[in-house]
Amino acid sequence: MNNKSYLGGIIEAVKSLSIGMKTSLKVFFEKHETEQYPENRSTLHFSDRNRFCLEMPHNDKNEHKCIACGLCQMACPNDSITVTSEMVTTEDGKKKRQLVKYEYNIGQCMFCNLCVQACPHGAIRFNQEFENAVFDKNKLLMQLNQPGSKVEEKPKPAPAAKPAAPAAAAPKAEAPATTETTKKEE
Amino acid sequence: MFDFSIVTKWFHSLLCGVMPEWTAIGIECLIVLLFIIVLYAILAIVLIYMERKVCAFFQCRIGPNRVGKWGLLQVFADVLKMLTKEIIKMRQSDRLLHDMAPYFVLAASFLTFACIPWNKGLEILDFNVGAFFFIAVSGIGVVGILLAGWASHSKYPIIGAMRSGAQLISYELSIGMTMLTVIMLCGTMQLSEIVQQQADYGWNIVRGHVPAVLAFIIYLIAGNAECNRGPFDLPEAESELTAGYHTEYSGMGFGFFYLAEYLNLFICSAMAATIFLGGWAPLMIPGLDGFNAVMAYIPGFVWFFAKAFFVVFLLMWIRWTFPRLRIDQLLSLEWKYLLPISMFNIILMALVVCLGLTL
Repeated sequence: MNNKSYLGGIIEAVKSLSIGMKTSLKVFFEKHETEQYPENRSTLHFSDRNRFCLEMPHNDKNEHKCIACGLCQMACPNDSITVTSEMVTTEDGKKKRQLVKYEYNIGQCMFCNLCVQACPHGAIRFNQEFENAVFDKNKLLMQLNQPGSKVEEKPKPAPAAKPAAPAAAAPKAEAPATTETTKKEE
Repeated sequence: MFDFSIVTKWFHSLLCGVMPEWTAIGIECLIVLLFIIVLYAILAIVLIYMERKVCAFFQCRIGPNRVGKWGLLQVFADVLKMLTKEIIKMRQSDRLLHDMAPYFVLAASFLTFACIPWNKGLEILDFNVGAFFFIAVSGIGVVGILLAGWASHSKYPIIGAMRSGAQLISYELSIGMTMLTVIMLCGTMQLSEIVQQQADYGWNIVRGHVPAVLAFIIYLIAGNAECNRGPFDLPEAESELTAGYHTEYSGMGFGFFYLAEYLNLFICSAMAATIFLGGWAPLMIPGLDGFNAVMAYIPGFVWFFAKAFFVVFLLMWIRWTFPRLRIDQLLSLEWKYLLPISMFNIILMALVVCLGLTL
């Protein structure tokens, strides 16, 4: 600053200040970035990485992928997941654990995604539904498995291919789900 | 141009016909008072709304748009909110001074507001040292700000008030110098006469060319600082002092400071429009008689408000573009740059006037 002459300093200041004013005037006439929330529900778009509410996707035969192993419940740091299961005997005489109730308390959830990462079958995921405010605290407790649903029968062969399957299946399942939620918003 | 003094004279003679002159003057004073207060309130509403919208547009936002159509009722909602707030009484504050301070600021604002010539023949305070009076009464505001800081008995207000004192006293010099430049050009201190001359011979900013443009820019910078706005908002620097000198005020005490701040912005702009941009004088381009005739049909107060709000926009543009100055930068800008330049500018203007180089 000191190595500049007095007039040189003034000229430089005027130059840089006018650049600033030009920039802000350009912004003045630009399109506004504001999202007008309740009105723009139909066009509102969130990034797919947003984590708003846990859900258990069901296919069109009312089947989910949860095998009631309880890993998500153990992974949850906040105790917001409660898996209730029962032991049943299948036709071929094997004992098998079956999901009865998958309870999720969004009021306790901190959306850390640990449950989704813990799930070996990709049975749960976070969706894009963000309007989670309710007037009654009890409504925060949700049951994620639909009534009458059962576990999806998986094709028997090749157990070696299993670990890769949930990771590959997850992004595929994501895409139709987002459209589903936006439809619900409308 | 329509001379409004015809209306006021007619009204005066009408009142004098039915009552003694002193009652007539008393009634006229009341009407003028009512006029000032109503105009003050309306302008405050318009300015606060405008500031919010302009600020939002400069930040790529929309601004208030929920209360009423386009958020037009937002200001009323805020005033209602402020009126219903509790007035906090601090234990160790000087109650009398603390309660008085907003009224000092408001009084200074009202007195300067009354100096503005709105239209031809429509001036409230108009006498031969009008510009001098304007500068003098605008100085009362700093008393109110210092009182507010002192009486609050709290550290942020006192720091804000001290900064404000340093700032206002410094920048008043530049305001005085630039107004002196214009007074030299016009040869009168009477504001109505200054405007009348501009209506006759062209706007001062054109008539005085280089020194007038320089003076206009310096006036804008100093005026912005006088209003505690824009890059010069150190007295209430939110990030450092919460709200500066009015930190401890609540309810309408704060409301009055807020009101005075916006009206000072308008008064500063209106004075810039009056002494540089021709006040109520319409835009006249020599040679284009048809154009001039059309322009002369637009009433004077419309011209006045258009010019004043143009300057208001300029000041808002400056405010929402530049970052806040540090206190040493603020003082060096005034004492090392603006004041020497405006002194030099006075000499330049004197030469221009003496040598007859005005346009």
